[in-house]
Amino acid sequence: MDHLLSVASSPHIRSEMDTRRIMAWVIAALVPAGAAGAFLLGTRSLLVMAVCVISCVASEAIWQKVTRQPVTVSDLSATVTGLLLAYNVPPTIPLWMAACGGVFSMIIVKHFFGGLGQNIVNPALAGRAMMLICWPVAMTTWTMNGISGATVEGTSGATPLAILKGTEAAGALPGIADAFIGNIGGCIGETSALALLIGGGVLLYKEIISWRIPVVYIVTVAVIQALLGRAGGPLLEILTGGLMLGSIFMATDYATSPMTAKGQVIFAFGCGLVTSLIRTFGGYPEGVSYSILIMNLTVPIIDRLTMPRILGEVKSHG
Amino acid sequence: MSLPTFKGGIHPSDSKALTSEKGIEILRPSGEFVYPMSQHIGAPCSPTVKKGDRVLVGQKIGDAEAFVSAPILASVSGKVKDIATRMTISGAIEQCVIVEGDGEFENGTTLVPHDDFRSLAPKECIGIVREAGIVGAGGATFPTHVKLSPPPDKRIRWIIVNGAECEPFLNCDNRLMLEHPEPVIGGLEICMHIFPEASGIIAVERNKPEAIARLEAELSGRGSKASVMPHAVKYPQGAEKMLIYTVTGQEIPPGALPAEVGCLVMNVRTLYHIWQAITNGVPVTERIVSVTGDVIAEPKNIQAPLGTSVRTMIDAAGGFTEDPAKVLAGGPMMGISMRSIDVPIVKGTSGILALSAASARKFTETNCIRCGRCITACPMGLQPSLLDRVVRLREYAEFEASGGMNCIECGCCSYICPARRHITQACRDGKAGVMAARRKSA
Repeated sequence: MDHLLSVASSPHIRSEMDTRRIMAWVIAALVPAGAAGAFLLGTRSLLVMAVCVISCVASEAIWQKVTRQPVTVSDLSATVTGLLLAYNVPPTIPLWMAACGGVFSMIIVKHFFGGLGQNIVNPALAGRAMMLICWPVAMTTWTMNGISGATVEGTSGATPLAILKGTEAAGALPGIADAFIGNIGGCIGETSALALLIGGGVLLYKEIISWRIPVVYIVTVAVIQALLGRAGGPLLEILTGGLMLGSIFMATDYATSPMTAKGQVIFAFGCGLVTSLIRTFGGYPEGVSYSILIMNLTVPIIDRLTMPRILGEVKSHG
Repeated sequence: MSLPTFKGGIHPSDSKALTSEKGIEILRPSGEFVYPMSQHIGAPCSPTVKKGDRVLVGQKIGDAEAFVSAPILASVSGKVKDIATRMTISGAIEQCVIVEGDGEFENGTTLVPHDDFRSLAPKECIGIVREAGIVGAGGATFPTHVKLSPPPDKRIRWIIVNGAECEPFLNCDNRLMLEHPEPVIGGLEICMHIFPEASGIIAVERNKPEAIARLEAELSGRGSKASVMPHAVKYPQGAEKMLIYTVTGQEIPPGALPAEVGCLVMNVRTLYHIWQAITNGVPVTERIVSVTGDVIAEPKNIQAPLGTSVRTMIDAAGGFTEDPAKVLAGGPMMGISMRSIDVPIVKGTSGILALSAASARKFTETNCIRCGRCITACPMGLQPSLLDRVVRLREYAEFEASGGMNCIECGCCSYICPARRHITQACRDGKAGVMAARRKSA
């Protein structure tokens, strides 16, 4: 044996699950909701997804090239952001607006703060918030195909939450079954609770997320809405709007949620509380995006207050 | 029913099948044997022989005045060839006694067999343990006579036998429990004789059912008061603090020794040595080493004289099938990677693990994604991602304030990190940085 041995600090073996694999599983878990969106809201949804993903990946690559950093698009995190952004816009959104959203998410929200893991708010949600401010009409024009009439595009589809809020012309609230399958108006990836739950199951099974954030978030909304007693009832509240998408895929974003179990429970409760307050008392019909963005800002303090107790230490050092 | 365990930890692939069924093979090589004068935690020994002396198996060749130390004994008979500095298995350069073995293995121990250890006073037992050169065989190599002499105000209520062997690949403790359960339990009984108030608990991971069965059979055969406690398979179950928590539910305060909570933790091999030394008059001159890994031709468990070179051990296991990328002393989680295989095995060498380039991949660090896996995995309840960050900024005071000195360097954080960050290494740097700052201000 004449060659040199490599010398390194232990451990000498590593888990198979790396960042890229995690992101790949998140993409896989997002597929059912995307498919449901394309089927229920029209195939233009696919075009919007493509534009969002391409704009995110391209702006990350260009930014990293220009700033002479290693290009890390192969970690697939930009693809996840692109998909999530697309899932948070209506299928009729003009494609140039979608592209602007992607660029904003990547450059201003993610890379201005240092890139992967360093951003303080969820890039896709911040992108959506920017779009909602810039193009409020385009961002709230809902259409739907409906299961029965898959060929008829462009039927007006007021969202159930807008009907509850009374901001849309009178409309009938959908049934629970329609809301569960996704036969309602809404953003590309948010309408089908069933598809989102399947994706959530995948993430739980692969231990990519824990149950804490989605379950605490959803239960908090259900309980508060039951107490407030809005017309739709708690079940409709949790099946409509962006709650399923937000609680399973957005509030669980590693970079912008607390790292400890206790912190995640506090964070998710806060998300649920703010969502309920916005939906019931706020000026917007839906509050998932803003509640998560607001709670994102509390993550550093939550992390600090929920530091784990060191084994053998008598008291928490917080 | 879930088995007892600790908080945190990881489940790496155990890779034990390579050597778990391989019976212990005795190797008695000839040639050169190298004995580093520091094979334990504590004061290094000074040679007690000189060049040209003839030495015998079990003869003392190095000793120290200090209490925290353990003598070094020759493992072969032969002539002292040289006293010189050589590289040791940890990569350090240390003073060594070098003996050219004559192949006779002529016994020269001063220890005498005692048919009934109960006739000996605890002090006498501890004295024999020192003279036999016994140190913790699990890898920490803390001198056993020191461990058996806790401060008088500490009541020892539990003697916990560490048969966890939670490091992947290794089987030396497993094979010892399977093939020699009686000296292991005998050694435990001696410890219980030294600490009559203590109960003896042998903690073994559930993935060693045969060893558990052999120990239980042996215990009931002797009518022993000790018991076997199977526990969940999880790394680092064999770490002292994790084992004590698992068995007794107690946490050791930071910086304290197990005796603080009434516990003594002894590796199965250490107990074997205690029994051998007191009952049979046999000191520590050999040990079982799992020679394994994916580039070893015939992985096996070899009992060889201390001082045998790693190269000889690997040759005895059929050599390499291809060039190894790394050769480790110990397991893949905490083992030390060797610079050269021309170094001797020592008292703390539990395994020699040769890994191919594919299994010892080099990883490039990427950004922390704040997934929190390291926090969940850390058995000490630390925040490894935070420690990693402050060490990179050289903020050693912040490292210390965040509890970094409690790190046991088990490697769980680096293992689990999807961003491939070298967190354990950063914690080692952090601890060294804090120690350097303390020395400076002292």
